[in-house]
Amino acid sequence: MPAIVVEGLQRAFGEVFAVQGIDIAVDEGEIYGFLGPNGAGKTTTVRMLTTLLLPTGGSASVAGHDVVAEARQVRSSIGVALQEAALDPLMTGRELIRLQATLQGLPPAAGRQRADALLERVDLSDAADRRVGTYSGGMQRRLDLAAALVHSPRVLFLDEPTTGLDPVSRKTIWEEVRELNDEGTTVFLTTQYLEEADQLADNVGIIDSGRIVAEGTPEQLKGEIGNPHVELLVGEGSVTAAEEACRALGKLLPPKDGKRVLLEVEHGAADIPRVVRALDEAGIGVESLELVRPTLDDVFVAKTGYHLEEEESEGEGEATEEPATA
Amino acid sequence: MTSLATSARVVRALGARSIRQTFRRPQLISPIIVFPTLLLAIQTGGAGAGIELPGFPPVQSFLQFMLAGSMMQSMMLAGNSGGIAFAVDIEMGFTDRLFAAPIPRFAIVLGRLAGTAALGLFASLWFFAIGLIFGAHIEGGVPGALLAMALVTTSAMGVGGIGAAIALRTGSASVVQGLFPLVLVVLFLSSAFFPQALMIEPAKTIAEYNPLSFIVEGVREPIIAGIDATQTLEAVAAIAGLLVFSIVLSARALRHRLRVG
Repeated sequence: MPAIVVEGLQRAFGEVFAVQGIDIAVDEGEIYGFLGPNGAGKTTTVRMLTTLLLPTGGSASVAGHDVVAEARQVRSSIGVALQEAALDPLMTGRELIRLQATLQGLPPAAGRQRADALLERVDLSDAADRRVGTYSGGMQRRLDLAAALVHSPRVLFLDEPTTGLDPVSRKTIWEEVRELNDEGTTVFLTTQYLEEADQLADNVGIIDSGRIVAEGTPEQLKGEIGNPHVELLVGEGSVTAAEEACRALGKLLPPKDGKRVLLEVEHGAADIPRVVRALDEAGIGVESLELVRPTLDDVFVAKTGYHLEEEESEGEGEATEEPATA
Repeated sequence: MTSLATSARVVRALGARSIRQTFRRPQLISPIIVFPTLLLAIQTGGAGAGIELPGFPPVQSFLQFMLAGSMMQSMMLAGNSGGIAFAVDIEMGFTDRLFAAPIPRFAIVLGRLAGTAALGLFASLWFFAIGLIFGAHIEGGVPGALLAMALVTTSAMGVGGIGAAIALRTGSASVVQGLFPLVLVVLFLSSAFFPQALMIEPAKTIAEYNPLSFIVEGVREPIIAGIDATQTLEAVAAIAGLLVFSIVLSARALRHRLRVG
């Protein structure tokens, strides 16, 4: 039975559609990566699936329950760790997990036991009686994750669980997510990080401007893109001249920045000598040349026409992805 | 465990969190205890001779007269602080954690009100302690003190409901904080700090119809004279009205908050 079924789901804020009729199916025990830039509709979708926001169209069910008609049952079946870990800085870690246990209806003794076990699991036992405000970003995310697990949910929603974390903390969260999934928990994970989706997800949905533009396993999606590309860092001569020299050898892709040329080539490594010769004949110096196999970023570019990484840096500092007119 | 018992546990847990939150954040506890205590000290020290004025009710001391007003001030600011804390929860997304839990959503509001009521009880105990330490008599004895505490506690819940409603409606701590002067206006346009008989118009008429005056008099009477059935009933009726008004208001605001997400 699918753990999450979404059909034609919509959410409008006034006249602005944040989510425009999306369809998603997530199987039990799967990790679903929901990938997209800021403002694409990821958080709005998660808020609808976790019953925090009413849809304005379409339908969705989670763990076999309709998110509108059976919201209470949905809330019993899910764990939620939202963007910007919603933690009270004045509470201690232990107080927070115990409160969460009470909210989920665990009897006091069981709640205390579960809190201790979860704090141990996320390696926060030593910090359990410190106020959350003194925790690092990684510790706060681990605590948030532990709180979401207090009632052993069937489906776990993680909204950008590693945004803003250092690489070590990010890897710790990934390991925990993998472990949870191995234990049978279905995970719906939103992320702006291509690597995160690639590393963790069984299936990936790419959302852009409220629409799903691609869906499949990371390998399927990359396979759809097909050919690898050559990435050239131009040393002497202009990027435009380099693009002109390479134009006949493959398909030029949208540039990442002003210094690189991206050329999709049909035969992979076998095409490199031809590229080098063409650049040499045009008198263009190259600082580096690399053959890059298709990545989710390439899938993203192919489906949306721009790079997710660029969007990330442009979108940094945005507090919310809800439209301003909401 | 029944659903009702589970909800009661949730309300208790959220109420306890709300109390801890207040005591751990100086800007929340300060208006409830420090500000009214200072005002009590200043007024008692500076205007104590006021009890000699013709028309002033017979009291043992100005401190005895002022205790009810200080409790009211503390209770109203507890309601305002509760609203601010609730709005902070909304701003930082903590209420999402609560809304995503399988509990009746009004239990979240009730938890906040339970915490505010407990702070009202604490405030009344605090001012009774101050009164007793500085020689004020409680004419109604222990039953009178218990009655006064019950009235302060339940009215704190009513005022807290209005704070919660504004927090839910606006989701902004600064808006709720902006109501602080209004709290003082309502307070000073009641008989909290001065007998109605000695007020001049239009304050006198406003104070006569201000529901807070009925509550103040219900709290004051057991302190300065002893339990009086009429005053008590009038106070209970005013508190009941306040509770109904604030619960309806906060229920509507909660529906609005859930609708807009």
